[in-house]
Amino acid sequence: MGTMGVTSLPVAFSEADFMIKGLYQFTLFGQELWITTTSVSLLIVSMLLIIFALFARHTLRNAKDVPSGFQNVLELMFEALEKMGESVLGANAPRFLNYISTIFLFILLSNFSGLLGLRNPTADYGVTFLLGLVTFVIIQYQGFKNNGHRHITGLFQPLPVLFPINLIGEFANPLSISLRLFANLLSGVVMMGLWYGMMPIFMKIGIPAVLQIYTDVFSGAIQTYVFCMLSMVYINDKL
Amino acid sequence: MNNITGQDFIYGCSAIGAGLAMIAGIGPGIGQGNAAGQGAAAVGRNPGAKADITSTMLLGQAVAETTGLYGLVVAMILMFVKPFN
Repeated sequence: MGTMGVTSLPVAFSEADFMIKGLYQFTLFGQELWITTTSVSLLIVSMLLIIFALFARHTLRNAKDVPSGFQNVLELMFEALEKMGESVLGANAPRFLNYISTIFLFILLSNFSGLLGLRNPTADYGVTFLLGLVTFVIIQYQGFKNNGHRHITGLFQPLPVLFPINLIGEFANPLSISLRLFANLLSGVVMMGLWYGMMPIFMKIGIPAVLQIYTDVFSGAIQTYVFCMLSMVYINDKL
Repeated sequence: MNNITGQDFIYGCSAIGAGLAMIAGIGPGIGQGNAAGQGAAAVGRNPGAKADITSTMLLGQAVAETTGLYGLVVAMILMFVKPFN
Protein backbone atom coordinates (compact mmCIF):
# COMPACT_ATOMS: atom_id res chain seq x y z
CA MET A 1 0.00 0.00 0.00
CA GLY A 2 2.74 2.44 0.96
CA THR A 3 4.78 1.73 -2.15
CA MET A 4 1.99 2.89 -4.43
CA GLY A 5 3.71 6.01 -5.70
CA VAL A 6 6.95 4.22 -6.58
CA THR A 7 5.85 0.99 -8.18
CA SER A 8 4.80 0.65 -11.79
CA LEU A 9 1.14 0.45 -12.73
CA PRO A 10 0.59 -3.33 -12.91
CA VAL A 11 2.07 -3.84 -9.43
CA ALA A 12 -0.14 -1.12 -7.96
CA PHE A 13 -3.15 -2.76 -9.55
CA SER A 14 -2.19 -6.14 -8.13
CA GLU A 15 -3.38 -4.87 -4.74
CA ALA A 16 -6.86 -4.56 -6.25
CA ASP A 17 -8.74 -7.79 -6.56
CA PHE A 18 -11.31 -7.85 -9.32
CA MET A 19 -10.07 -10.53 -11.69
CA ILE A 20 -11.73 -13.87 -12.33
CA LYS A 21 -9.61 -16.51 -10.61
CA GLY A 22 -9.13 -20.12 -11.59
CA LEU A 23 -9.69 -22.47 -8.66
CA TYR A 24 -9.34 -25.95 -10.15
CA GLN A 25 -7.94 -27.11 -13.46
CA PHE A 26 -8.95 -30.21 -15.35
CA THR A 27 -8.60 -31.58 -18.86
CA LEU A 28 -11.54 -32.64 -21.00
CA PHE A 29 -11.04 -34.02 -24.56
CA GLY A 30 -7.54 -32.56 -24.60
CA GLN A 31 -8.88 -29.10 -23.71
CA GLU A 32 -7.63 -27.27 -20.64
CA LEU A 33 -10.61 -26.15 -18.57
CA TRP A 34 -10.93 -24.23 -15.32
CA ILE A 35 -13.39 -24.04 -12.47
CA THR A 36 -13.36 -20.30 -11.78
CA THR A 37 -14.86 -17.98 -9.19
CA THR A 38 -17.65 -17.36 -11.70
CA SER A 39 -18.58 -21.05 -11.66
CA VAL A 40 -18.77 -21.04 -7.87
CA SER A 41 -20.90 -17.87 -7.84
CA LEU A 42 -23.16 -19.34 -10.51
CA LEU A 43 -23.57 -22.52 -8.46
CA ILE A 44 -24.50 -20.55 -5.32
CA VAL A 45 -26.93 -18.33 -7.25
CA SER A 46 -28.53 -21.37 -8.89
CA MET A 47 -28.85 -23.16 -5.54
CA LEU A 48 -30.53 -20.13 -3.98
CA LEU A 49 -32.94 -19.94 -6.93
CA ILE A 50 -33.72 -23.66 -6.71
CA ILE A 51 -34.36 -23.45 -2.96
CA PHE A 52 -36.61 -20.45 -3.59
CA ALA A 53 -38.44 -22.36 -6.33
CA LEU A 54 -38.98 -25.39 -4.05
CA PHE A 55 -40.40 -23.17 -1.31
CA ALA A 56 -42.61 -21.39 -3.85
CA ARG A 57 -43.84 -24.73 -5.18
CA HIS A 58 -44.64 -25.97 -1.70
CA THR A 59 -46.52 -22.74 -0.93
CA LEU A 60 -48.50 -22.75 -4.16
CA ARG A 61 -49.46 -26.42 -3.71
CA ASN A 62 -51.32 -25.39 -0.57
CA ALA A 63 -52.50 -22.05 -1.99
CA LYS A 64 -55.31 -20.33 -0.18
CA ASP A 65 -58.03 -18.07 -1.58
CA VAL A 66 -57.02 -15.32 0.79
CA PRO A 67 -53.22 -15.14 0.42
CA SER A 68 -50.98 -14.49 3.36
CA GLY A 69 -47.28 -14.38 4.06
CA PHE A 70 -45.04 -15.95 1.42
CA GLN A 71 -47.92 -16.51 -1.02
CA ASN A 72 -48.54 -12.76 -0.99
CA VAL A 73 -44.93 -12.10 -1.95
CA LEU A 74 -45.07 -14.65 -4.77
CA GLU A 75 -48.28 -13.19 -6.19
CA LEU A 76 -46.81 -9.70 -6.00
CA MET A 77 -43.68 -10.82 -7.87
CA PHE A 78 -45.64 -12.64 -10.54
CA GLU A 79 -47.99 -9.71 -11.07
CA ALA A 80 -45.04 -7.34 -11.47
CA LEU A 81 -43.38 -9.66 -14.03
CA GLU A 82 -46.67 -10.15 -15.88
CA LYS A 83 -47.24 -6.39 -16.03
CA MET A 84 -43.71 -5.88 -17.39
CA GLY A 85 -44.29 -8.51 -20.08
CA GLU A 86 -47.67 -7.20 -21.10
CA SER A 87 -46.39 -3.64 -21.41
CA VAL A 88 -44.26 -4.73 -24.39
CA LEU A 89 -45.62 -8.00 -25.77
CA GLY A 90 -49.33 -7.38 -25.13
CA ALA A 91 -51.45 -10.47 -25.85
CA ASN A 92 -48.36 -12.56 -26.71
CA ALA A 93 -46.89 -12.10 -23.23
CA PRO A 94 -47.88 -15.53 -21.76
CA ARG A 95 -45.87 -17.37 -24.44
CA PHE A 96 -42.60 -15.68 -23.52
CA LEU A 97 -43.18 -14.89 -19.87
CA ASN A 98 -41.57 -18.11 -18.61
CA TYR A 99 -38.28 -17.31 -20.35
CA ILE A 100 -38.33 -13.61 -19.48
CA SER A 101 -39.21 -14.29 -15.82
CA THR A 102 -36.48 -16.89 -15.54
CA ILE A 103 -33.72 -14.67 -16.87
CA PHE A 104 -35.10 -11.75 -14.85
CA LEU A 105 -34.81 -13.65 -11.56
CA PHE A 106 -31.45 -15.14 -12.55
CA ILE A 107 -29.86 -11.83 -13.59
CA LEU A 108 -31.34 -10.01 -10.61
CA LEU A 109 -29.96 -12.51 -8.12
CA SER A 110 -26.63 -12.63 -9.97
CA ASN A 111 -26.34 -8.86 -9.73
CA PHE A 112 -27.31 -8.84 -6.06
CA SER A 113 -24.85 -11.65 -5.28
CA GLY A 114 -22.14 -9.00 -4.86
CA LEU A 115 -23.83 -8.25 -1.55
CA LEU A 116 -23.03 -11.80 -0.42
CA GLY A 117 -19.35 -11.20 -1.11
CA LEU A 118 -19.33 -13.17 -4.34
CA ARG A 119 -17.90 -11.94 -7.61
CA ASN A 120 -21.01 -11.28 -9.72
CA PRO A 121 -21.44 -14.03 -12.33
CA THR A 122 -22.80 -11.40 -14.72
CA ALA A 123 -19.42 -9.62 -14.59
CA ASP A 124 -18.07 -12.49 -16.72
CA TYR A 125 -18.65 -12.10 -20.45
CA GLY A 126 -19.10 -15.86 -20.81
CA VAL A 127 -22.31 -15.69 -18.79
CA THR A 128 -23.91 -12.59 -20.32
CA PHE A 129 -22.96 -13.62 -23.87
CA LEU A 130 -24.76 -16.91 -23.34
CA LEU A 131 -27.85 -15.06 -22.15
CA GLY A 132 -27.66 -12.83 -25.24
CA LEU A 133 -27.19 -15.90 -27.43
CA VAL A 134 -30.31 -17.59 -26.06
CA THR A 135 -32.28 -14.41 -26.74
CA PHE A 136 -30.78 -14.31 -30.26
CA VAL A 137 -31.91 -17.88 -30.94
CA ILE A 138 -35.44 -17.07 -29.77
CA ILE A 139 -35.52 -13.92 -31.93
CA GLN A 140 -34.35 -15.78 -35.04
CA TYR A 141 -36.70 -18.72 -34.40
CA GLN A 142 -39.67 -16.38 -34.06
CA GLY A 143 -38.56 -14.50 -37.18
CA PHE A 144 -38.50 -17.67 -39.31
CA LYS A 145 -41.68 -19.01 -37.75
CA ASN A 146 -43.79 -15.89 -38.18
CA ASN A 147 -42.33 -14.27 -41.30
CA GLY A 148 -41.01 -17.30 -43.23
CA HIS A 149 -38.88 -16.35 -46.21
CA ARG A 150 -39.58 -12.65 -45.62
CA HIS A 151 -37.28 -12.92 -42.61
CA ILE A 152 -34.39 -13.35 -45.09
CA THR A 153 -35.64 -11.17 -47.93
CA GLY A 154 -36.37 -8.43 -45.38
CA LEU A 155 -32.62 -8.02 -45.01
CA PHE A 156 -32.45 -6.77 -48.62
CA GLN A 157 -35.44 -4.56 -48.07
CA PRO A 158 -35.09 -0.91 -48.90
CA LEU A 159 -32.09 -1.49 -51.18
CA PRO A 160 -30.06 -4.66 -51.82
CA VAL A 161 -26.92 -2.59 -51.18
CA LEU A 162 -27.95 -2.27 -47.52
CA PHE A 163 -27.74 -6.04 -46.93
CA PRO A 164 -24.42 -5.96 -45.01
CA ILE A 165 -25.67 -3.20 -42.71
CA ASN A 166 -28.94 -5.03 -42.04
CA LEU A 167 -27.02 -8.23 -41.32
CA ILE A 168 -24.72 -6.45 -38.88
CA GLY A 169 -27.77 -4.87 -37.26
CA GLU A 170 -29.25 -8.33 -36.79
CA PHE A 171 -26.13 -9.74 -35.16
CA ALA A 172 -25.42 -6.62 -33.11
CA ASN A 173 -28.55 -7.10 -30.98
CA PRO A 174 -27.34 -9.98 -28.78
CA LEU A 175 -23.85 -8.46 -28.62
CA SER A 176 -25.12 -5.06 -27.50
CA ILE A 177 -27.50 -6.34 -24.81
CA SER A 178 -24.93 -8.77 -23.41
CA LEU A 179 -22.10 -6.20 -23.50
CA ARG A 180 -24.30 -3.62 -21.78
CA LEU A 181 -25.06 -5.93 -18.86
CA PHE A 182 -21.46 -7.18 -18.67
CA ALA A 183 -19.85 -3.74 -18.75
CA ASN A 184 -22.19 -2.31 -16.12
CA LEU A 185 -21.48 -5.10 -13.68
CA LEU A 186 -17.77 -5.10 -14.55
CA SER A 187 -17.53 -1.38 -13.79
CA GLY A 188 -19.12 -2.06 -10.41
CA VAL A 189 -16.76 -4.95 -9.65
CA VAL A 190 -13.69 -2.96 -10.74
CA MET A 191 -14.75 0.06 -8.69
CA MET A 192 -15.29 -2.03 -5.57
CA GLY A 193 -12.03 -3.91 -6.15
CA LEU A 194 -10.08 -0.66 -6.49
CA TRP A 195 -11.75 0.78 -3.43
CA TYR A 196 -10.98 -2.24 -1.26
CA GLY A 197 -7.47 -2.59 -2.66
CA MET A 198 -6.18 0.96 -2.70
CA MET A 199 -7.98 2.99 -0.03
CA PRO A 200 -6.58 3.45 3.50
CA ILE A 201 -8.26 1.38 6.19
CA PHE A 202 -10.58 4.09 7.57
CA MET A 203 -12.15 4.53 4.11
CA LYS A 204 -13.13 0.85 4.08
CA ILE A 205 -15.61 1.18 6.96
CA GLY A 206 -19.19 2.03 6.05
CA ILE A 207 -18.50 3.80 2.76
CA PRO A 208 -18.25 0.59 0.64
CA ALA A 209 -21.80 -0.30 1.74
CA VAL A 210 -23.14 2.82 0.03
CA LEU A 211 -21.08 2.12 -3.11
CA GLN A 212 -22.23 -1.49 -3.12
CA ILE A 213 -25.87 -0.36 -2.89
CA TYR A 214 -25.31 1.84 -5.94
CA THR A 215 -23.27 -0.54 -8.09
CA ASP A 216 -25.01 -3.82 -7.29
CA VAL A 217 -28.56 -3.00 -6.22
CA PHE A 218 -29.49 0.19 -8.10
CA SER A 219 -27.43 -0.32 -11.24
CA GLY A 220 -28.01 -4.07 -11.19
CA ALA A 221 -31.78 -3.78 -10.91
CA ILE A 222 -31.96 -1.22 -13.73
CA GLN A 223 -29.74 -3.33 -15.99
CA THR A 224 -31.84 -6.43 -15.28
CA TYR A 225 -34.94 -4.50 -16.26
CA VAL A 226 -33.24 -3.13 -19.39
CA PHE A 227 -32.01 -6.57 -20.47
CA CYS A 228 -35.50 -8.09 -20.16
CA MET A 229 -37.19 -5.08 -21.76
CA LEU A 230 -34.86 -5.08 -24.77
CA SER A 231 -35.15 -8.86 -25.16
CA MET A 232 -38.92 -8.46 -25.32
CA VAL A 233 -38.71 -5.51 -27.71
CA TYR A 234 -36.49 -7.50 -30.10
CA ILE A 235 -38.81 -10.53 -29.86
CA ASN A 236 -41.84 -8.31 -30.40
CA ASP A 237 -40.30 -6.99 -33.64
CA LYS A 238 -40.46 -10.50 -35.11
CA LEU A 239 -44.04 -11.30 -34.12
CA MET B 1 15.85 6.60 -20.06
CA ASN B 2 17.89 4.38 -22.37
CA ASN B 3 16.66 1.05 -21.02
CA ILE B 4 13.01 1.29 -22.06
CA THR B 5 12.25 -2.04 -23.69
CA GLY B 6 9.70 -2.58 -26.43
CA GLN B 7 7.48 -4.26 -23.85
CA ASP B 8 7.47 -1.17 -21.62
CA PHE B 9 6.71 1.00 -24.62
CA ILE B 10 3.71 -1.18 -25.48
CA TYR B 11 2.45 -1.01 -21.86
CA GLY B 12 2.76 2.78 -21.92
CA CYS B 13 0.96 3.11 -25.22
CA SER B 14 -1.76 0.74 -23.99
CA ALA B 15 -2.29 2.93 -20.93
CA ILE B 16 -2.52 6.04 -23.12
CA GLY B 17 -4.95 4.23 -25.40
CA ALA B 18 -7.07 3.21 -22.42
CA GLY B 19 -7.22 6.82 -21.30
CA LEU B 20 -8.17 7.97 -24.78
CA ALA B 21 -10.87 5.28 -24.97
CA MET B 22 -12.51 6.73 -21.86
CA ILE B 23 -13.15 9.98 -23.75
CA ALA B 24 -16.20 8.01 -24.86
CA GLY B 25 -17.63 8.94 -21.44
CA ILE B 26 -18.45 12.42 -22.74
CA GLY B 27 -21.26 11.22 -24.97
CA PRO B 28 -23.33 9.34 -22.36
CA GLY B 29 -22.76 12.20 -19.92
CA ILE B 30 -24.35 14.70 -22.28
CA GLY B 31 -27.07 12.25 -23.30
CA GLN B 32 -28.02 11.26 -19.76
CA GLY B 33 -28.01 14.86 -18.61
CA ASN B 34 -30.26 15.78 -21.51
CA ALA B 35 -32.64 12.93 -20.64
CA ALA B 36 -32.71 13.96 -16.97
CA GLY B 37 -33.37 17.60 -17.90
CA GLN B 38 -36.21 16.65 -20.22
CA GLY B 39 -37.55 14.35 -17.50
CA ALA B 40 -37.51 17.18 -14.96
CA ALA B 41 -39.32 19.45 -17.44
CA ALA B 42 -41.90 16.74 -18.10
CA VAL B 43 -42.55 16.28 -14.35
CA GLY B 44 -42.93 20.05 -14.06
CA ARG B 45 -45.58 20.06 -16.78
CA ASN B 46 -47.40 16.94 -15.59
CA PRO B 47 -46.61 16.02 -11.96
CA GLY B 48 -49.25 13.28 -12.00
CA ALA B 49 -47.20 11.15 -14.42
CA LYS B 50 -44.05 11.26 -12.28
CA ALA B 51 -43.73 7.46 -11.90
CA ASP B 52 -44.05 6.76 -15.64
CA ILE B 53 -41.67 9.57 -16.55
CA THR B 54 -39.06 8.38 -14.06
CA SER B 55 -39.11 4.78 -15.26
CA THR B 56 -38.97 5.81 -18.93
CA MET B 57 -36.11 8.21 -18.17
CA LEU B 58 -34.10 5.56 -16.31
CA LEU B 59 -34.62 3.05 -19.12
CA GLY B 60 -33.50 5.56 -21.74
CA GLN B 61 -30.50 6.58 -19.68
CA ALA B 62 -29.45 2.97 -19.18
CA VAL B 63 -29.57 2.43 -22.94
CA ALA B 64 -27.75 5.70 -23.66
CA GLU B 65 -25.00 4.61 -21.28
CA THR B 66 -24.03 1.77 -23.61
CA THR B 67 -21.60 3.67 -25.85
CA GLY B 68 -19.67 4.84 -22.81
CA LEU B 69 -19.53 1.28 -21.53
CA TYR B 70 -18.09 0.13 -24.86
CA GLY B 71 -15.30 2.63 -24.23
CA LEU B 72 -14.84 1.15 -20.76
CA VAL B 73 -14.62 -2.37 -22.20
CA VAL B 74 -11.99 -1.25 -24.72
CA ALA B 75 -10.00 0.43 -21.93
CA MET B 76 -10.25 -2.68 -19.75
CA ILE B 77 -9.07 -4.90 -22.61
CA LEU B 78 -6.10 -2.60 -23.27
CA MET B 79 -5.13 -2.51 -19.60
CA PHE B 80 -5.66 -6.10 -18.47
CA VAL B 81 -6.00 -8.44 -21.44
CA LYS B 82 -2.95 -6.82 -23.13
CA PRO B 83 -3.73 -7.80 -26.74
CA PHE B 84 -0.56 -6.23 -28.22
CA ASN B 85 2.08 -8.28 -26.43
